[in-house]
Amino acid sequence: MAKVLMKGNEALAEAAIQAGCRHYFGYPITPQNEVTAYMAKRMPEVGGVFLQAESEVSAINMVYGAGGAGARVMTSTSSPGLSLMQEGISYLAGAQVPCVIVNIMRGGPGLGDIQGAQGDYFQSTKGGGHGDYKLIVLAPSTIQEMADLVQEAFDIADEYRNPVVILGDGMLGQMMEPVDFENVKKTKRNLPEKTWATTGRGNREHRNVINSLYIDPPVLEKHNYVLFEKYKRAEQNEVRYEMVNCDDAEVILVAYGTMARVAKNVMNIARREGHKVGLIRPISLWPFPKEPFKKTVDQVKGYLVVEMSMGQMVEDVQLATECKKPVHFYGRPAGMIPEPSVMLEKIKQIAGGAR
Amino acid sequence: MAVVFEKTKGLTDVPFSYCPGCTHGIIHRLVAEAMEELGVLDKAIGVASVGCSVFAYEFFNCDMQQAAHGRAPAVATGIKRVHPDKVVFTYQGDGDLAAIGTAEIVHAAARGENITVIFVNNANYGMTGGQMAPTTLIGQETLTTPYGRKAEVNGYPIRMSEMLSTLEGVAYIERTAVYDVKHVIQAKKAIKNAFLAQIQKKGFSMIEVLSTCPTNWGMTPVEALKWVKDQMEPYYPLGVYKNTLEEVK
Repeated sequence: MAKVLMKGNEALAEAAIQAGCRHYFGYPITPQNEVTAYMAKRMPEVGGVFLQAESEVSAINMVYGAGGAGARVMTSTSSPGLSLMQEGISYLAGAQVPCVIVNIMRGGPGLGDIQGAQGDYFQSTKGGGHGDYKLIVLAPSTIQEMADLVQEAFDIADEYRNPVVILGDGMLGQMMEPVDFENVKKTKRNLPEKTWATTGRGNREHRNVINSLYIDPPVLEKHNYVLFEKYKRAEQNEVRYEMVNCDDAEVILVAYGTMARVAKNVMNIARREGHKVGLIRPISLWPFPKEPFKKTVDQVKGYLVVEMSMGQMVEDVQLATECKKPVHFYGRPAGMIPEPSVMLEKIKQIAGGAR
Repeated sequence: MAVVFEKTKGLTDVPFSYCPGCTHGIIHRLVAEAMEELGVLDKAIGVASVGCSVFAYEFFNCDMQQAAHGRAPAVATGIKRVHPDKVVFTYQGDGDLAAIGTAEIVHAAARGENITVIFVNNANYGMTGGQMAPTTLIGQETLTTPYGRKAEVNGYPIRMSEMLSTLEGVAYIERTAVYDVKHVIQAKKAIKNAFLAQIQKKGFSMIEVLSTCPTNWGMTPVEALKWVKDQMEPYYPLGVYKNTLEEVK
């Protein structure tokens, strides 16, 4: 099959189906409605289940049931919907139920607006639900990468028995680009059999129980340590990022998702004007890539973090650079796009030694 | 020596965590016996809820999932959609089902989700120490209605069986009690019917069981049984509210 022109939301839905997802539960919310519509149409064609839940609260708990029962399962939503799902996500992490959760972010807080934005970085990477847990968060910046990462997300979820979040934004969900599904990139993994799933006992010796309740504190403590051993493994093995033109860079732009596309263009313009500018694009937002900052922190004059928010990832960059060099920030919230001209101006200031 | 009686295989050997005199234990046993007698234990997947029965996943001798407060019908939906030929049930209290989980139960019923719900109504939140539930009777004293439930402040108790039986997707709903032998036997029949409705793929089934909470009601177990009969039953009439079974056994 040649490349097909698809909307981001549709491409991620198709990628899920091609990754073996046969159960999807969701609730309408803009700007991700193409996902539910696509799933409603496609799932019956492949013998899968599409179910429109009565709320995001219910949808995420259907995901819990289906994932616990051993299925490859996905839900998708946009920012306010993800807030509603936080309870369920905490239970999914606690009970170690694999699943893929897509958040096509929009402007907030509250009902906000329906333009693409990046204000849910904290919620996704720092744990919006209660308790100590981590989600693996992947942020594509093209439609092809969206398809690649959805496939990868299911595999990571199954390998680690943990929810994986695809964090996109309304612009990425709505824009169209060519996608090649036949050459979807995939890491080779030995996925464990789901011997823990509640499939009905059959001839099995033991009962399978999906649960996050450990009423005895020392037992719960041990369970938390088990989870964090797993997260440690993810930190070692699941870090992803892209570095462009960083070798000689004096100023490095840091951006993810849609914002990284704009940043890349600005970097090219700045290069043409003679400034040594590079780009670090975190792809896994958790685990956050620290290496590219370790590699570059001694050579650069400073970093410019650009986000479609009031500044969230910037804190992780400050941590990754251990504040050895100035970390500047420029962002706009509410679905407004940071201006390339402003970015250029800031790059020049940093190159000129601004702190 | 001939075995004349043994504990149902539907229950594990884990000791119940319920208070003395509470009828959760009876209801657990009825559910377990019903599954064993219908021969579905090996394909049963249960969903425990939040409340006194939060540890139900330790007691039922089948695969189990533990759900967030009120979400058991959504979790059961997820399981059933993956395993449509397995027998999926939830075990929920009145706070879980009729307050925080109202949306989930109504929509599972409306979808005709082919699951069985065991709804234990003891007219208060037992686990948290006896607060007002949606099912608390007018005048009933609880931790959060210390002067008695007043309609002008708290509204009226919800009759879930009546409400849900109006929905097209519902195959079987019956309200039962376990305050004496006769009713225990009837409750077991009802529970079996509910599972049969699911096995026959008729749609959503629910058995409401009026239950006791001697600890939080401040009564002896015997007084509590009497209170169910004298106070609860008049407001929550027993009986079959919907039945689409092919043959009622």
